[in-house]
Amino acid sequence: MKIDESLPLEYSTEENRLKILGFWIFLGAEIALFSTLFAVYFTLHNGHGNGPSAEELFKITPVMIETVLLLTSSFTIGLGIHAMRLGLKKAMMTFFVITLVLGLGFLGTEIYEFVEYIHEGATIQTSAFTSSLMTLLGTHGAHVTFGLFWGTAILIQVAKRGLTPETANKSFIFSLYWHFLDVVWIFIFSFVYLKGMM
Amino acid sequence: MDRYYSRLSALKCSNVKLLTICSLFTRQLIRKGYSMKKKWLLLSAFFAMAAVLAGCENPLMVLDPKGPNAETLSDTIIMSIIVMCGILFVVYVLYAYMLVKYRASKMGEDYEPPHVHGSTKLEIIWTIIPIIIVVFLSVITVQSTKEVESKPLGYEDQEPLVIYAASSNWKWHFSYPEEGIETVNYVNMPVDRPVEFRLYSYGPITSFWIPQLAGQKYAMSAHVTKIHLAADVPGSYMGRNSNFNGAGYAQMEFEAQAMTAADYDEWVNDVKNTAPELTESEFDELLETDFVGRQSYSSTHLEFKPAPEGHHHGTPTAAEEDSAEEEMETAPSSDADHFHHQEAEE
Amino acid sequence: MESHEQQFLILNEPMIVAAMISIVVGALSLVIGVTYFKKWGYLWREWITTVDHKKIGVMYILVALVMLFRGGVDALLMRGQTAMPENGLLDAQHYNEIFTTHGVIMILFMAMPFIIGLMNVVTPLQIGARDVAFPRLNSVSFWLFAVGAGLFNISFIIGGSPDAGWSAYFPLASLEFSPTVGNNYYAISLQIAGLGTLMTGINFLVTILKMRAPGMTLMKMPMFTWSILITNVIIVFAFPVLTVALALMTMDRQFGTKFFAMQDGGMDMLWANLFWVWGHPEVYIVILPAFGIYSEIISTFARKNLYGYKSMVVSMVAISLLSFVVWAHHFYTMGHGVMVNSVFSITTMLIAVPTGVKIFNWLLTLHKGKISFTTPMLYSLAFIPIFTIGGVTGVMLAMASADYQYHNTMFLVAHFHYVLIPGTVFAVIAGFHFWFPKVFGFRLNEKLGKLAFWFITISFNVAFFPLFILGLNGMTRRMYTYSESTGYGPLNMLSFVGAVGLGIGFIILVYNLYWSIRYSPRDETGDPWDARSLEWATHGPVPFYNFARIPQVNELDAFWHAKKHNKQLWSGPIEKIHMPSNSGMPFLMSGAFFAAGFCLVFSWWIPTIIFTILIFVFMALRSFEQDHGYYVSVEEVERIERELGGDK
Repeated sequence: MKIDESLPLEYSTEENRLKILGFWIFLGAEIALFSTLFAVYFTLHNGHGNGPSAEELFKITPVMIETVLLLTSSFTIGLGIHAMRLGLKKAMMTFFVITLVLGLGFLGTEIYEFVEYIHEGATIQTSAFTSSLMTLLGTHGAHVTFGLFWGTAILIQVAKRGLTPETANKSFIFSLYWHFLDVVWIFIFSFVYLKGMM
Repeated sequence: MDRYYSRLSALKCSNVKLLTICSLFTRQLIRKGYSMKKKWLLLSAFFAMAAVLAGCENPLMVLDPKGPNAETLSDTIIMSIIVMCGILFVVYVLYAYMLVKYRASKMGEDYEPPHVHGSTKLEIIWTIIPIIIVVFLSVITVQSTKEVESKPLGYEDQEPLVIYAASSNWKWHFSYPEEGIETVNYVNMPVDRPVEFRLYSYGPITSFWIPQLAGQKYAMSAHVTKIHLAADVPGSYMGRNSNFNGAGYAQMEFEAQAMTAADYDEWVNDVKNTAPELTESEFDELLETDFVGRQSYSSTHLEFKPAPEGHHHGTPTAAEEDSAEEEMETAPSSDADHFHHQEAEE
Repeated sequence: MESHEQQFLILNEPMIVAAMISIVVGALSLVIGVTYFKKWGYLWREWITTVDHKKIGVMYILVALVMLFRGGVDALLMRGQTAMPENGLLDAQHYNEIFTTHGVIMILFMAMPFIIGLMNVVTPLQIGARDVAFPRLNSVSFWLFAVGAGLFNISFIIGGSPDAGWSAYFPLASLEFSPTVGNNYYAISLQIAGLGTLMTGINFLVTILKMRAPGMTLMKMPMFTWSILITNVIIVFAFPVLTVALALMTMDRQFGTKFFAMQDGGMDMLWANLFWVWGHPEVYIVILPAFGIYSEIISTFARKNLYGYKSMVVSMVAISLLSFVVWAHHFYTMGHGVMVNSVFSITTMLIAVPTGVKIFNWLLTLHKGKISFTTPMLYSLAFIPIFTIGGVTGVMLAMASADYQYHNTMFLVAHFHYVLIPGTVFAVIAGFHFWFPKVFGFRLNEKLGKLAFWFITISFNVAFFPLFILGLNGMTRRMYTYSESTGYGPLNMLSFVGAVGLGIGFIILVYNLYWSIRYSPRDETGDPWDARSLEWATHGPVPFYNFARIPQVNELDAFWHAKKHNKQLWSGPIEKIHMPSNSGMPFLMSGAFFAAGFCLVFSWWIPTIIFTILIFVFMALRSFEQDHGYYVSVEEVERIERELGGDK
């Protein structure tokens, strides 16, 4: 394994560079995936049948909490990567833990929100609007959930093996993933919630 | 599940059934006091059809139009075939030239092909010429599409006859709101008058197609689509669903008959006077049935189950809701139908 | 209440029972054979756990050939049923299942894996790499595809096949109108195979972008590699749409959501839109690599460099972009008005421009060439005139107004077979003959190859040209029967004769494989065709590390120039080679995918959840695994090189 000292740790080997490019392309595919889900939502969001409409369903408070939590977590993981580049393993791990806790908070709030929806008689089966809404939110939420497990696995590896080219590479890729979820959420927040509440 | 079974069993004997039903119906028509002239017409139409279909020298259905809409399309198709033959000719000549001239067996042992990068000039030429062809074809496409999507040429000043055509399982319902009659699996129309078909479906997407009169269009459950056509020549034309919609698809044909205005009026009166009324329960039963032969009724289902007109993406306009509500008072519709029902928004 | 839709094993169809028995007997004899010859260890070590791109490619092609057989039998049955009016070979239900599986199998489980197989075998060799960027992921891709294909194929004996057409339009494909599990199979098996394809897309993009031999700039890449690069861009952006569409289908059918429902605000045509937003680019996913294959073969056997290299690249990029903005031409007839139809007509017709450029470039490549008529070249040459018919009829179909008369007819069926068979099928067969000696070290027999070629080419036209005429005479597709009075009988019979001829052609092709394995003389040079690109520079069969020393590239057709000017492609001493290690995990994880998918088809929730968790367990295991491959020592490389007949 040839390690190129002139590059940051996560880019230092050929394998690492391939993985980072591969992950960027994967994110391209993810953009196509979420774009399709958004397109489905925009096509169907007026089809609420007998169920509630967006205006009736959406509440601002949980959405604001979710937004703040996720945006903050995106910031803290950025700090984590910064710490990693400085070789500060402990700081990096702390920021990653904070990120995951914030992510967990986001997920909890979203689950609470879903439970509320169901109480108001809006399940995924109610109408095309609720189907597309919950699928879009659910896909994002599932990504966050997967991220929590993934992030935990990486944290364990960093703790056990230290900051190696391999763990640094994984952490960096994970941060890309996390930022991406944040970007998707910004779109959900603006074009689903804000637009729906207006 | 029973329904599924009955579909299958119906299917097995449906060919025979359809045939007998057709012949019975023809005989009935004749017995019902149709004049000799009409009998002759029917027969001649039948023979004409048979002749067209049997012989190779006869034109193909799509290229044998009997009305302005189909004629526009036939002309467009023939024109495009000619252009395409021209393109094929150029490619084939070049191809044959290369293959004949540059075979290894002719080139000699030590012939060494030159290294040729390409030629900007040539490459521009064979980019520009196809673009010109595409522009030409685009103009024709836009024109002809516009033409067949509006009232037929030569009939612009006439009020069209509106016929609703709805599909359910493997049959077609034709409603004539003006005349207040309805038929199943056959449609009659006067010649020399524009006809506007309004299409929708009780179930899977179907495609309404009478090749000799007009191009096809989908019938869907959420909203109504339209076909404009006119028949120039009296005759019996094949009509069918061309979009696969399950087990009975192959048999989903109907007869489209164009007749003189006088004959048409006579037929309408005949149906009005002799055919039974279509009640809602009867219609619901009819919807559930897989196959039926020809039917005629002296009222339409539009009165109790209006077509999904103006439902864009499932949102009815206020005016339509009102009319729908009015109709519901007179004939409350069941919620169990396959149809797109929207509750009025508070 | 025992009825068709609730049967687990389909036992009321003699033909299906016969197929079932033959499958069981075949599988059993395979197992017994492998056990008897003690080959389990070999299979596991050399194939199942392999991460070698060449072996993975071979496995892809093997599955594709089996699927070609399955799809071909479907086709013969269809043509047999419609050969005569009122024929009773198949009933409506059986016919509907068969045309559905024929479409799905031929596109997704035959054309795609054949292309991906060739891509696997050839691309790394052409760019002078030792493997793909992510060899382990490549193995996952293959096994996901394989279990997807397996899952789809068991549907006709367990639970019933999908019967709503390969495009599975809603509402027909909804639970109400397609109550069997058939369309669950459709959604889930395509989902699994599609995941594999998406990973292939990412893998090959990185491989081509990052792992080219030194000196090989993008504009010095062989045309096949270019076509693969563009194809994989399309895969990465088109397949997620399919993923979403299939997920929504599964949810509508099994979780009661309302996406495509006829009530509660659903929209049936949304499915058609999503399907074709993926479906049309998919056509180019299987056509562009074919263009690449033809470019390689035509320039090799015309003994001339490819004419207009740059415009070839530009036209492929143009086609790939246009492929995303034409999807609505699949349903001009849904009534979206003159404006929308016109726009899509124009974008569709525009595709003819870059395609035309390519045709002329191929013709001019032949100009002043020295054409030798080998089997791969014959297929490539037959492609030009036949595909042009497919192309021009495509332009005819692109004209929205005229399409009102072609839509859903045999004319359309004839058109897309005229595109896909000379386009994709001829290309993969040509590529198969062309690269076979590279992988196995001997050529397929030319005599048998040419015999098969003539059978296939002539029969193809006999089978499909009549359909143009039938379409113009008003015969719609997907009709299991028609009455005699329609007059469709004779031409359909002719078409059936052609289909049988095609079948015979493919049997000759397979026989050629058998014959050549036994008797074909072994090639010692590694370059039997006197070809041009890097894959021919190394030995044939290729050693597992591909190149003992990585070649240095200075121009297009580097190997050809090296041969002409007696130059060396590599310099310096042999160094130790880093290679990825094999792993059984992709196979096992795909097994979990298969089990989860199968249970999901039948809505057995608890086993589905258990197997899904198992999938994630495999992913976690992979995350914690530390595996950086291994090194092949210089002595080992030198020994292998000597055995293969000299330093390369």
